[in-house]
Amino acid sequence: MSYQDWFRQDRLPHIYCSGCGNGTVINCTLMAVDELGWKEEETVFVSGIGCSSRASGYIVTDSLHTTHGRALPFATGVKLSNPDLNVVVFTGDGDLAAIGGNHFIHACRRNIDLTVICMNNQIYGMTGGQGSPTTPAGALSTTTPYGSSEPAFDLSELAVAAGANFVARWTSYHVKELTRAIGAGMRTPGLSFIETMTQCPTNYGRRNKLRQVTDQVEFMKNHTALRQKLDRMRESGQKVPTDIIAIGEFVRRDRPAMGVRR
Amino acid sequence: MQGNIACAEGAIAAGCRFFGGYPITPSTEIAEHMAAKLPRIDGVFIQMEDELASMASIIGASWTGMRSMTATSGPGFSLMMENIGFAVMTETPCVVVNIQRGGPSTGQPTMGAQGDMMQCRFGSHGDYSVIALSPASVQEMYELTVKAFNLADEFRVPVFLMSDEIVGHMRERIDIPDQVPIIPRKPLQKGTLPFHPDADLVPGFPQFGEGYGVHVTGLTHDERGYPCATSPGLHENLVMRLVNKIESARDRIADYSITNPEAETVFVTYGPPARSVEQVVRDLGRDDIGHLRLRVVWPFPESALKLFASAKQFLVPEMNMGQVAREIERHVDQPVIPIPKLGGNLHSPDELKARLEVLH
Ligand SMILES: Cc1ncc(C[n+]2csc(CCOP(=O)(O)OP(=O)(O)O)c2C)c(N)n1
Ligand code: SF4
Repeated sequence: MSYQDWFRQDRLPHIYCSGCGNGTVINCTLMAVDELGWKEEETVFVSGIGCSSRASGYIVTDSLHTTHGRALPFATGVKLSNPDLNVVVFTGDGDLAAIGGNHFIHACRRNIDLTVICMNNQIYGMTGGQGSPTTPAGALSTTTPYGSSEPAFDLSELAVAAGANFVARWTSYHVKELTRAIGAGMRTPGLSFIETMTQCPTNYGRRNKLRQVTDQVEFMKNHTALRQKLDRMRESGQKVPTDIIAIGEFVRRDRPAMGVRR
Repeated sequence: MQGNIACAEGAIAAGCRFFGGYPITPSTEIAEHMAAKLPRIDGVFIQMEDELASMASIIGASWTGMRSMTATSGPGFSLMMENIGFAVMTETPCVVVNIQRGGPSTGQPTMGAQGDMMQCRFGSHGDYSVIALSPASVQEMYELTVKAFNLADEFRVPVFLMSDEIVGHMRERIDIPDQVPIIPRKPLQKGTLPFHPDADLVPGFPQFGEGYGVHVTGLTHDERGYPCATSPGLHENLVMRLVNKIESARDRIADYSITNPEAETVFVTYGPPARSVEQVVRDLGRDDIGHLRLRVVWPFPESALKLFASAKQFLVPEMNMGQVAREIERHVDQPVIPIPKLGGNLHSPDELKARLEVLH
């Protein structure tokens, strides 16, 4: 079996714009699932609402495409009522951190055995490019026409603070590392949070001087650095530019978890 | 036994093994009882972070084949509305208990009311139909909770147990049967499209984890379950089917009792006001006063009204400003006289007798 067998062939072509980063994240997820040897009939994908959340519908397993922001409590019901299922959640930055922010911290606190994959494109893609809680200060969106005046959430740091057992952040440029991190998350009992910075050329790049898809991917390559390296720089008194995004594994630990397969 | 405990016990007897909830007066005893009982019988109790999450969790649990339930009151019920619509659209069986209190807003947390009867019927956006039951005693709280689970599974719809503070906190002796009737969910036949309805307009249930590979979405979907949100015909057919699977079974779902069908003056009640009316009929010992007592309020059993062939007027005591009275008006030509009561107290038999005096 190959990871491509996990796609619903009769649902292609998909709704994503050309150059959208979501496809890469779905591929990485299915490669990880395939490597782990998960069975289709034992796996459930759950998602909220947004471009990113459409991902669940392209996969052959049972899947639950829910309401905006609520994927985690739906997934909590699935997982706790049948811990033998592998439950993976696809979500977006708006879905997870704005309307679903409360569910996010509580799912991490409970440390439910879910794999949560957030496609963070720093914008509301589906509704046409409004600002989200991860839109960087100063960035342009349809609701921040003069540049966002709010600070952004760091979703991975939030997940660490709230108690998730595994947290990693990569980008859609880092395909190998992302696939490995998703696999590691899936193997870790408890809540695994994998944040992926993804490009939204249609609604983010276009407005923020990253016109070409390649510009956005290049940006992710050049404006990221391993979290450990950034920590070392700070410790040695070096200045870290504010637009550098920390990537890598943030935490891997063994707090008591809920809903682990018996 | 207390009404709320009878509800929890009825749920357990009916096979409910998942409860997701958030504390709210006057429903909290249900959650507390489930928290104590479920873990001992291999069930799951989880106190969620809010009622949006409670509703979401029981829908998720239902897709793994579990009978699942939540319990709340007005403010929490309002928060559940979006996901209730999701349960309707995805045809997810589940039971939502509303121990009603005085609203709007935080209102009267410790006082009974029936002010959410229209909200349970129409509160989520879009057109749809649901089933709502209303108990008038602790015994009925138990029995109707069991029935709610059976109806939810049979029709694949959220079923509301619309009780209130009065019955929820009432203590009465009840008979608990050794066994309760259980009508299980009809499974999807392999090879059938997951949202292809049978003759009863209800599709078989493709339980998660059984290899169906079903996609479940709140978007308008075709019989494969795939989103198809721009076809007017497909949307119309889907919504009509969701409504008709309930409305076409109105008479089968109906559950009521009738006193003095020849009467000219007929009380129509559900929930606690039924008790006051029964007292009035008993006290007066007259057979020209009829009583239609509903245990199922939605879908509204309009044919029951026609059984009162000599009726000249319908009196409808409700602990709201006349929500179900308005529904009755739609179905009869005779005058419908609402007897609203707000504030938390039940209509007293004397109050109702005085109303009769004025009318006669
Ligand atoms: C309750 C509710 N509010 C608003 C919306 C409209 N809406 C749909 S998707 C979306 C934003 C999605 O953004 P994000 O989660 O970042 O996903 P993306 O589309 O960027 O992948 C919004 C606001 C909705 N569907 N439901
Ligand atoms: S709007 Fe953005 S996130 Fe949505 S499909 Fe297009 S590129 Fe992807």
